[in-house]
Amino acid sequence: MHPKRKKRLYLIVLMVIGIGIGIGLTLNAFNDNLMFFYSPTEVVSGEAPSGHPIRIGGLVTTGSLKRQENGLTVNFDVTDNAETVNVEYTGILPDLFREGQGIIARGKLDTDGVFVADEVLAKHDENYMPPEVADALQTAHEEGVEDMNQRGAIP
Amino acid sequence: MIPELGNFSLILGLTLGLVLAVFPMIGSLNNTPAWVALARPTAWGQFFFVALSFACLVNAFLVDDFSVLYVSQNGNTQLPTIYKVSAVWGAHEGSLLLWALILSGWTVAVSLFARDLPAVVLARVLSVMGMISIGFLSFLLFTSNPFDRRFPVPLEGGDLNPLLQDFGLAVHPPMLYMGYVGLSVAFSFAIAALIGGKLDAAWARWSRPWTTVAWVFLTIGISLGSWWAYYELGWGGWWFWDPVENASFMPWLAGTALIHSLAVTEKRGAFKRWTVLLSLLAFSLSLLGTFLVRSGVLTSVHSFAADPARGLFILVFLCLVIGGSLALYAWRAPDVSSGGRFDFVSRETLLLGNNLLLVVITAFILLGTLAPLVYDALGWGKISVGFPWFTTMLIIFAPFMILLMGIGPLARWKHQDSDELLRKLRLPFLVSVGAGLVAAMPVLHEGWSLWIGEAVMLSVWLLATLFIGLRQRLQHRQGPTGIWRDLRLRGSGSYYGMLVAHFGIAVFVVGVTAANLFDVEKDARMSPGQIIEVAGYSFRFDGVEAHQGPNYRADLGTVSVFKGEREVAVLKPEKRTYLVQTKPMTESGIDAGFTRDIYISLGEALGGGDWSLRLYYKPLVRWIWLGGILIAIGGLLAATDKRYRMAIRHRASVLVKGGLAAGGRP
Repeated sequence: MHPKRKKRLYLIVLMVIGIGIGIGLTLNAFNDNLMFFYSPTEVVSGEAPSGHPIRIGGLVTTGSLKRQENGLTVNFDVTDNAETVNVEYTGILPDLFREGQGIIARGKLDTDGVFVADEVLAKHDENYMPPEVADALQTAHEEGVEDMNQRGAIP
Repeated sequence: MIPELGNFSLILGLTLGLVLAVFPMIGSLNNTPAWVALARPTAWGQFFFVALSFACLVNAFLVDDFSVLYVSQNGNTQLPTIYKVSAVWGAHEGSLLLWALILSGWTVAVSLFARDLPAVVLARVLSVMGMISIGFLSFLLFTSNPFDRRFPVPLEGGDLNPLLQDFGLAVHPPMLYMGYVGLSVAFSFAIAALIGGKLDAAWARWSRPWTTVAWVFLTIGISLGSWWAYYELGWGGWWFWDPVENASFMPWLAGTALIHSLAVTEKRGAFKRWTVLLSLLAFSLSLLGTFLVRSGVLTSVHSFAADPARGLFILVFLCLVIGGSLALYAWRAPDVSSGGRFDFVSRETLLLGNNLLLVVITAFILLGTLAPLVYDALGWGKISVGFPWFTTMLIIFAPFMILLMGIGPLARWKHQDSDELLRKLRLPFLVSVGAGLVAAMPVLHEGWSLWIGEAVMLSVWLLATLFIGLRQRLQHRQGPTGIWRDLRLRGSGSYYGMLVAHFGIAVFVVGVTAANLFDVEKDARMSPGQIIEVAGYSFRFDGVEAHQGPNYRADLGTVSVFKGEREVAVLKPEKRTYLVQTKPMTESGIDAGFTRDIYISLGEALGGGDWSLRLYYKPLVRWIWLGGILIAIGGLLAATDKRYRMAIRHRASVLVKGGLAAGGRP
């Protein structure tokens, strides 16, 4: 092969390898950064992993918001109207956080089943329900109806 | 009555859009000059009617006409006048009308400023823009009409979302839309060129200033949005990798690739097919962005309540535009000659590398944005892609881009002697590595910091290479006074624009790195009179008092900030409750500075006069937006390059003779 061509070939191969490594690294990191969403029912039934970052969502149970001594840590319950999960969060809650409203929390489940949140999201639009939360509520509702039907079938 | 007028003129606008999309295009294909001549007046007529319609909606907000559903949802008698106007684009229907208005505005601009374009090419460009406007106007009329009435008429409106009652947000959407829609000009030029089968340097020269201007608007729009999020959301962040932010960032990246590749096509005639493809891609990505925002398929801070019919409409429209343009591309592109040849070591190759990296980054952001949709559709569970991944991805690819950004402008077109290039690069390399090492040393901060070292190294690398390039240019132009002569007489705007924009990138990199690595954040419970120290500043909480605004009540906190004994600032963070929507809103108190921001947001009352507060020290955070402004100024310099006008005037006489045949099918 012509030496000039050879040099060019090396450079192209080098570039391809470089970009390939970059893409590989990025895709690898991608899998580590996926955060799955679990509904309170799934958390209670033990489907959600503990110690790994996940997101949970549902409605904040009315009357469940409690503030700890230091004034910055709060506990509240999140429900899909079937099961509830207790959430602990240290910091300032978002402006639109209110009891009875749909929220999404990002964090880890500890061994006692308490969800320790790093971030709590409530949305700009008060009529807006995060799709995940709406879905979780819907699923829990359908299961409840099915349950009742089954019980009704046995007199 | 006036809302009906608005509705009718919107319908007329759609009708003219149909005329514009059909007749000039057919006329240009079968040589019917009368039909070709229709393009310009139709475009003007369409703009007139859409503008009239928009004015009717503005009027409805100004006079508080709550019989109009949209006004009753987003307007209010108590709203200050400026926000009555910005409320027009505060929600779905009105912001689409703004989209349509801006699109017809760009169409008119093309018909006015591109007078020297051959009539056939102009007719095709306007016609394609007409087709896009049909999509948006029928979307407005059939699924989201802003003029729908309601009965009974409420006495008071539902008010504009308090978050949007802010100057930054009043101007952010129009700027962003100018950018999004502006990319449709590049798209239309590309489609017209594909139809005509003439992809030459002239096409690139026509397309270039338009693309640059659209890209400048996009840059300004994104910077404004980021600045707004920073001071308005109260989280101290300036970028969240939110799907909607990504939706604006992707067209920007594709647009950046496009303006570089257009430069190659104009100057060297190479990369023609690639440039066309990028033109199609950039606009498709801005349509995709609109789809993501409007359909509510993704969880995002920007989401409006979802409506499946709307989502479906945009999805079909998206498929038509992307599918249609790609099909046309597949059919016509193979005929395009490959154009200027170049050696491996040349400016062309370096720009190709830059394009490749930009496209890879765009593809990854697309992956991260759409992955939740794909996972959900395939039943793999509901996911979100974490913030850190996007950052990791940029940290992997951006350094290579900046490396190329330094070399590219110093390399010659077509053939570059590698030894000569290495000689030129030796000094910048040594200086930047040295500066990076110094910045990474533990003297300035605790422990070695590789990241800050890398950021400083990359910035200094950019600065040094820019400086060498400038010096080299001025050697042939009689020193620094040559810059002015260069700009005024020779039309070197694009060269100096490049310098300024690349300098902006260097500033941006330093700002991002410092703001991310050295910011200090502290959530605290504070009693009146209490002092807390953060990052060498003492914050004294002086309590909270009630305050009455025009359409809100507020708790107004006072925090005095000291550095040693000296009082630096008295900040007044607020917690507002708007009277109509009763939403609490944080207005952070910010002491902005060139070297650092001090940022305080008020949390909740904890009883006994105590409040929770969030205190931030953010070094160099302003540099992020300063970089954005510099990038935009660079783009403006490039777009106003005299060369475009001179070249067009020069060619105009030639083209008049060519007439219809010039742009006809081969």
